[in-house]
Amino acid sequence: MTSPQLEIQLIAVLVAVACTLPGVFLVLRRSAMLSDAISHSILLGIVCAYFIVRDLSSPILVGAAAATGVLTVALIQALERTRLVRNDAAIGLVFPALFSMAVILIAQYARTLHLDTDSVLLGELAFAPFNRFEILGRDVGPISAWVMGGILLLNAFLICLFYKELKVATFDPEFAAAQGLAPALIHYTLMTSVSITAVGAFDAVGSVLVVALMIVPPATALLLSRRLPVIIVLAAGLGVAAALLGYWLAHLLDASIAGSMATMCGLFFFAAYLFAPERGLVTQFQRRQQQKIEFALRMLAIHLAQHENLPEAATENRAEHLCEHIRWDKKFAQRVVRQAIQAGYVTEHNSRLILTDEGRKLAELAVAELM
Amino acid sequence: MRDPTGDAATLWNILTSPTLLTVAAGAAVLGALSGTLGCFAVMRRQSLVGDAVSHAALPGIALVFLLTGTKSSLGLLIGAGIAGWLGMLAVLAITRTTRIPDDTALGVILATFFGLGLMLLTFIQKIPDANQAGLDTYLFGQAATLLREDVMLVSGAACVAFGLLGLFWKELKLVTFDREYARTVGFPVHGLEMLLTVLLVGAIVLGLRTVGVVLMSAMVVAPAAAARQWTNRFSRMVLLAGVFGGLAGTAGAIASSLVRHLPTGPMIVLIATGWAIASLFIGSAHGLAWRWLRMRLLQRKLAEEAVLVNLYELAEAHGDLEHPHGEGAIKALSPPNVSVPKALQVLKKQQLVRESAKGTWALTDKGIAEARNLRSKEGGKA
Amino acid sequence: MNQTIAVEVSDLTVAYQSKPVLWDVDLIVPQGVLMAIVGPNGAGKTTLLKAILGLVPVAAGQVRIFGKSLAEQRHLVSYVPQRGSVDWDFPTTVLDVVLMGLYRSIGWIRRPNKEHRRKALEALEKVGMAAFAHRQISQLSGGQQQRVFLARALVQQAELFFMDEPFQGVDATTERAIIALLQELRSKQKTVVVVHHDLQTVPEYFDWVTLINVRRIACGPVQEVFTEKNLRAAYGGRIAFFVERQAEGQK
Repeated sequence: MTSPQLEIQLIAVLVAVACTLPGVFLVLRRSAMLSDAISHSILLGIVCAYFIVRDLSSPILVGAAAATGVLTVALIQALERTRLVRNDAAIGLVFPALFSMAVILIAQYARTLHLDTDSVLLGELAFAPFNRFEILGRDVGPISAWVMGGILLLNAFLICLFYKELKVATFDPEFAAAQGLAPALIHYTLMTSVSITAVGAFDAVGSVLVVALMIVPPATALLLSRRLPVIIVLAAGLGVAAALLGYWLAHLLDASIAGSMATMCGLFFFAAYLFAPERGLVTQFQRRQQQKIEFALRMLAIHLAQHENLPEAATENRAEHLCEHIRWDKKFAQRVVRQAIQAGYVTEHNSRLILTDEGRKLAELAVAELM
Repeated sequence: MRDPTGDAATLWNILTSPTLLTVAAGAAVLGALSGTLGCFAVMRRQSLVGDAVSHAALPGIALVFLLTGTKSSLGLLIGAGIAGWLGMLAVLAITRTTRIPDDTALGVILATFFGLGLMLLTFIQKIPDANQAGLDTYLFGQAATLLREDVMLVSGAACVAFGLLGLFWKELKLVTFDREYARTVGFPVHGLEMLLTVLLVGAIVLGLRTVGVVLMSAMVVAPAAAARQWTNRFSRMVLLAGVFGGLAGTAGAIASSLVRHLPTGPMIVLIATGWAIASLFIGSAHGLAWRWLRMRLLQRKLAEEAVLVNLYELAEAHGDLEHPHGEGAIKALSPPNVSVPKALQVLKKQQLVRESAKGTWALTDKGIAEARNLRSKEGGKA
Repeated sequence: MNQTIAVEVSDLTVAYQSKPVLWDVDLIVPQGVLMAIVGPNGAGKTTLLKAILGLVPVAAGQVRIFGKSLAEQRHLVSYVPQRGSVDWDFPTTVLDVVLMGLYRSIGWIRRPNKEHRRKALEALEKVGMAAFAHRQISQLSGGQQQRVFLARALVQQAELFFMDEPFQGVDATTERAIIALLQELRSKQKTVVVVHHDLQTVPEYFDWVTLINVRRIACGPVQEVFTEKNLRAAYGGRIAFFVERQAEGQK
């Protein structure tokens, strides 16, 4: 592996963790789309700051972008407060307007700038190693690595510091307010973190990957666990894996690195969607099938027990009758009866089904469980 | 000295140039289409569907180009439509079968599909004769490149969409308002929702041409949000949204052609959003300005009533209901932010009080009756 | 007495994931009764209603409406859901909501005409909301919203009415108005099934009752079925009001 390749992967990993950390809380607060909104609207901040300082690499741009991110959220909330616009509609109104202003400003006054919207959306990680950071004339690595590393530390620090406040403010903001925990402050701190992360990652990976990393690995982690610390670690881990695997896939196919990483995030999500231990679709399907049979066995037992010593027993306790009375189709009914006989709950006598002692116990157990 | 008639002539030439007419017409139709269908998305709390579907369309576009090498609008449109539609189905599947909330599902599909599209795009970039320009218009929207055929296509699609909306109007409205009730009554709810989805995806994919991926959500949301402020009937809301969207499209196209270096898509979005914000303030249904006005009027009326009742109570304490009192006395009884002189003037006009000596006021017969009325309403103290 | 059976439910079982919400429920609703479905929270009352109406998937069992399947008899059935099931900010008027009850009979593509509007207004009169016909639904109080839903159900001219907690969060006047309306329906041989939350008013308002707690505890005329024994079986040990009732009975 060559040095630039290593550096690219390093940057990718740093971006991944820096994004997934605030992303977990965004997703839990049902504000996932804010990441999309902010990562687009900060362009306006960057453009305005550029007009003032005329220097693309000035840190003022980062500050302006962060401020624009917070402004975006504030505007969205102001709209919601009028009670005339729903929250998702508010998001869809604010960020396109801000982005439009940015694009118009660029077109009017900064046409020659390498701030074209392409790179804003797409970024290009491959060029990152070429912008080096120099301290005292010594090359200490690509700028992006230092920037993202710093942001990562900042995010980790904020989350550690405000862990319990974030937890409460996300789960029950009213309760948090009543306790004096200032959920609004926490909220805006989170948004500032998201904005800073977005602008930091802009240059290297573009807004799409930022959104992907902030939403998809946390969502995947949600499918795998319900405990917050585990979710955070899982999300970061998934982000890193997606970043590394995505890089190599892009290398192999000679395709967009950012796109490849985003796709990888999606693949992990899809895998979890199907196979997650408890919530995966396939797992659920298998379990449901099993439950259906278990359920049916109990229902059969109870049904037989109920009608056992009654005159209708002759008609009710027959295999065919099950199809009419309970909503079982013929094949399923046959399956259930077979399983019941196999398990020793039921015996068949002249096509009449008779409950064994085991079966009766099962019926009693099932009834007791219902109470 | 510039020649004004020369300028006017140039203006006229620009405004009637076939290019502008084409672009304006196309933008108008697309604006109207996304505005109308956007109402359904917004009422169903799917406002950001515009964002998600427009991002999800990318792999479809890239694939079509990759496989057929064609830049024809129709082909790319169909690819975009299918990809967008699959994206929506995926969102539905996620929200219906897991505990993942709506907005997260939208975000997952948005980012993943778009990432996939990016990967495919970069494949294309390596093919020697691949002209990115065709695909660029889908990403960033270049309404200025709309051709007559595009406008015809779009108008045709809009006619079909509006026709379907009209045919199934009441069923679509019911499904949007009360899905469960529609099921109990026996309507094919899934089918109707699928129809809405297809129409919406179609509108979004068509609209990508004018404003591009990032801005599409505004074209879905802004006209609907604006229309909601002017009416309380869903039918009128849908109509108005179409009109607002169409006007925004036209205005954006015209502005963009009159001013140099003013990209059309962002201009349309700014106009549409600006109008939505303005509607929030001045909209006749429940605009903020009216709310504020109504609140002020209410406060003034309460102040007048308070002054009248205070005057009554002062007089009552004297045992003579027509006993006049000075403003100062009334002020002392009234709450601090009430402007007593103003209230008294209004009451005088209503013939509820009269000014006896300078600066003192007394109740008229009418005033006495009214004050009694107010007090009994307050809690049987009359 | 050989009465027509309006609703017959047999062996109805509904499960959510692996938990049974309704288990092997049998019940009979004769035509022309006012029936309450009562039970503790989580007992499956709303689920029972929704299962009968085909709104939730059923693990086992059958439902018969006047002897036939629901799909064949939908035109005879009317549903008044809980108020929270709808977005009351939707831009539409009271009259419009009531007209929705007629959409099925109006048919696809056609528009409501004067006759339909007249019927809708009539239904609104019945619930005392005719003056609000053109009011925006977001301006309504809880009781008014409930009345609008009722009017929508009435306009369907159904034979069988299912209502989910219609008295929940409603003012006393509206409650009295609703019960008067239901009794009028009963006098016209309509059948009304109501998920009810208030045990105190069951004997006063209803003539049949079904006690549910995942399983059917009892179903029949209030006099026979609404007994301490059955209530204890349904609610476990949590019926405090019975002490008062017994005390009252001793007076």
